[in-house]
Amino acid sequence: MATPPGGPSSGNWSYGPAQGHGDGANPYGFPSTPSHRQPYAPQGPGPSPYDQPQAPRIQPVQPQRRAPEPAPAGAANNPLVRPYAMTGGRTRPRYQLAIEALVHTTAQPHQMQGQLPEHQRICQLCREIKSVAEISALLTIPLGVARILVADLAEAGLVAIHQPGGDESAGGQPDVTLLERVLSGLRKL
Amino acid sequence: MGKTTFVGAVSEINPLRTEAVMTSASAGIDDLTHTGDKTTTTVAMDFGRITLDQDLILYLFGTPGQDRFWFMWDDLVRGAIGAIVLVDTRRLADCFPAVDYFENSGLPFVIALNGFDGQQPYQPDEVREALQIGPDTPIITTDARHRADAKSALITLVEHALMARLR
Repeated sequence: MATPPGGPSSGNWSYGPAQGHGDGANPYGFPSTPSHRQPYAPQGPGPSPYDQPQAPRIQPVQPQRRAPEPAPAGAANNPLVRPYAMTGGRTRPRYQLAIEALVHTTAQPHQMQGQLPEHQRICQLCREIKSVAEISALLTIPLGVARILVADLAEAGLVAIHQPGGDESAGGQPDVTLLERVLSGLRKL
Repeated sequence: MGKTTFVGAVSEINPLRTEAVMTSASAGIDDLTHTGDKTTTTVAMDFGRITLDQDLILYLFGTPGQDRFWFMWDDLVRGAIGAIVLVDTRRLADCFPAVDYFENSGLPFVIALNGFDGQQPYQPDEVREALQIGPDTPIITTDARHRADAKSALITLVEHALMARLR
């Protein structure tokens, strides 16, 4: 996979902007008491995800993961993986987005105020429908990072995602109807 | 060989490049242990798109053929229609890993012989024999520079995928 798994071996955890603030016993920057911050609100210029605790609130893909882990020894010596700073150190999206999943902005312009610059750029780009791959290529962000940022936006209700259909009984392979449509479309080119 | 040329020949946009960052977390695939704590390698992948209908877009992804890039193929085969293994007949052995991979994954694939400068020194049957490819897998010749050839290869692939689903 393009997105490396998180976990104790991942130095990425060290680079979240939330790191190092607050009380010293809480190196991950999790709010130790119910926070004054709002949870990531689906609408309005909510708090920036940079201000959020690093652990995803939901993990449909691997719900059992992401318990707070002890700080990896010597993590501070690891080289910085800068692209993942944008994602608050997260290396896995909340949703397993297909590389060809289509993204379409649903947010109104006023909702974009206060969002991360990367989120704003994605929303601008996706006023016309784009795939996750195109977002990565056109905004020059690595694929794994694009997936995380798009998943953030989807969770905040700022973009709609059209995951490719597939036949669940056939391991997600395209169904016969889709194949026939593709074939007919290709022949007409 | 010729992946980006192929994609560009039939894509409605100039091929775009996306990059995947591989870290030492992928060490099982690409041994980076000797290089220190944490190393990142960037793997580029070119792709194009074809709008087939108002609500139907086909994406074409070109990935390197070496087996150390399997981690990217794993990502791509999910939900994919199939694969075209573009073969340079001067370096036939280069496609062994890809053929192995797709045979094992069950993803429908076709083999397209991309002749250097349009030359086709081998017949598909010779290549089938050399690669030990079963009779069900189509082997075609193509010139990745030409749109009609690329389009025809795609049609062969989708027909093959459809047959495989109906079988």
